[in-house]
Amino acid sequence: MTVHTLEPIIQATPFFQGMEDRHIELITGCARNVRFDEGVTIFHEGDAADQFYLIRGGLVAVQFMVPHRGLTTILTVGEGEILGWSWLFPPYRWHFDARTQQPTHALAFDGKCLRTKCEDDHDLGYEIFKRFMQVVNERLESTRLQLLDIYGNNR
Amino acid sequence: MATIVEQLATVGLVPEPMLSTPYRIQRVKQETDDTFTLELAPADSGEGHAFAPGQFNMLYVYGVGEVPISISSDPGDSPVIQHTTRVVGTVTKAMRLLKRGDMLGIRGPYGTHWPVENATGRDIVIVAGGIGLAPLRPALYRLMAQREKYRKIVLLYGTRTPEDILYRHELEHWRGKFDLEIQVTVDRAASTWRSNVGVVTSMIPRAPFDPSNTAAFICGPEVMMRFTAMELQKRGVAMDRTFVSMERNMKCGIGLCGHCQFGPVFTCKDGPVFSFDRIAALLGRAEV
Repeated sequence: MTVHTLEPIIQATPFFQGMEDRHIELITGCARNVRFDEGVTIFHEGDAADQFYLIRGGLVAVQFMVPHRGLTTILTVGEGEILGWSWLFPPYRWHFDARTQQPTHALAFDGKCLRTKCEDDHDLGYEIFKRFMQVVNERLESTRLQLLDIYGNNR
Repeated sequence: MATIVEQLATVGLVPEPMLSTPYRIQRVKQETDDTFTLELAPADSGEGHAFAPGQFNMLYVYGVGEVPISISSDPGDSPVIQHTTRVVGTVTKAMRLLKRGDMLGIRGPYGTHWPVENATGRDIVIVAGGIGLAPLRPALYRLMAQREKYRKIVLLYGTRTPEDILYRHELEHWRGKFDLEIQVTVDRAASTWRSNVGVVTSMIPRAPFDPSNTAAFICGPEVMMRFTAMELQKRGVAMDRTFVSMERNMKCGIGLCGHCQFGPVFTCKDGPVFSFDRIAALLGRAEV
């Protein structure tokens, strides 16, 4: 029986592109394939943030409960995008809910496993943080535009 | 001595540029809670004026005033034309009260257009924000009418909420075609919304087009156009193949009154469609 590893899949993703083989090997050791049906809650606000996801297909809504408005979607994450960075920062708790809007498959990475490897190998840690800071930067820019409410008519 | 306007008319550059032609409203369609479309035809059943995608008309609500509004219909449907606008001021408020059979004065069409002819053989990326989809709609019609001349056609459309989506049925119809990629996103939504949430610029990094052979047409709020052009540049789309439609306070429509001056250019005459490299330095400057 042929055993397929996730290494080539991880290496081919834009998020991990350009990483050294030894780092990909370390990362692969913390990864697994996951699938979710539509309408499944992947994580809840306040729960332990012990993973992050690289979405390979489908759509996930990042939501939170707003009093008098109900469950509100603030962002969706689709193919090729990263879901979750709370695993990087203490106290390692999710700040939002994540729920699938469509059947979704993803790579799930064990946050604790990867944090340990980043502590042991700071070059790996730097590569991981560089990539996550890019995601944080893009999300911050998008949030600023959303806050401007540029399509609004002073409503 | 003849005035400049008379001279322009004499050489055939503009047909009586300051004189409006009566048009009759054939249909009024409420698109969203504050946006509506008027379908108009020449009151004399004449041929009207042909237009190019991206051009605008000056619409005169008799006794109230005149406003510039982009043409939002299929150029192939001329002389019947459509204008989609949002209720924002005195004239558009009065315009919204007009009914089928009422008359409007129209001057135009004016201004530059989306260079769809120069984009043959390329991927086309259309990025629309809010009511910015209206001036791009004629370009979409024109592209779809000549579909074989282009490679991929991608429409990225962002708006405030799901309720603010324009031309919903048309978008669904176009999305059903296999030769047009449409992605819609909203800035905020209830949990019942099953599609994208986020700003329109966030769709650009993963949109399916070849940046080295792409022409991009952008229309929406100025901030959105700036950030969209920046994201397209990051992907590698050339600035001189990126086009934006600018909005300024247009009054005469023919570059005489100066109300729509935008740095060294007049938006009504030199625009509203500009290549991004021509105006990039002017965007975001408070004094322009």
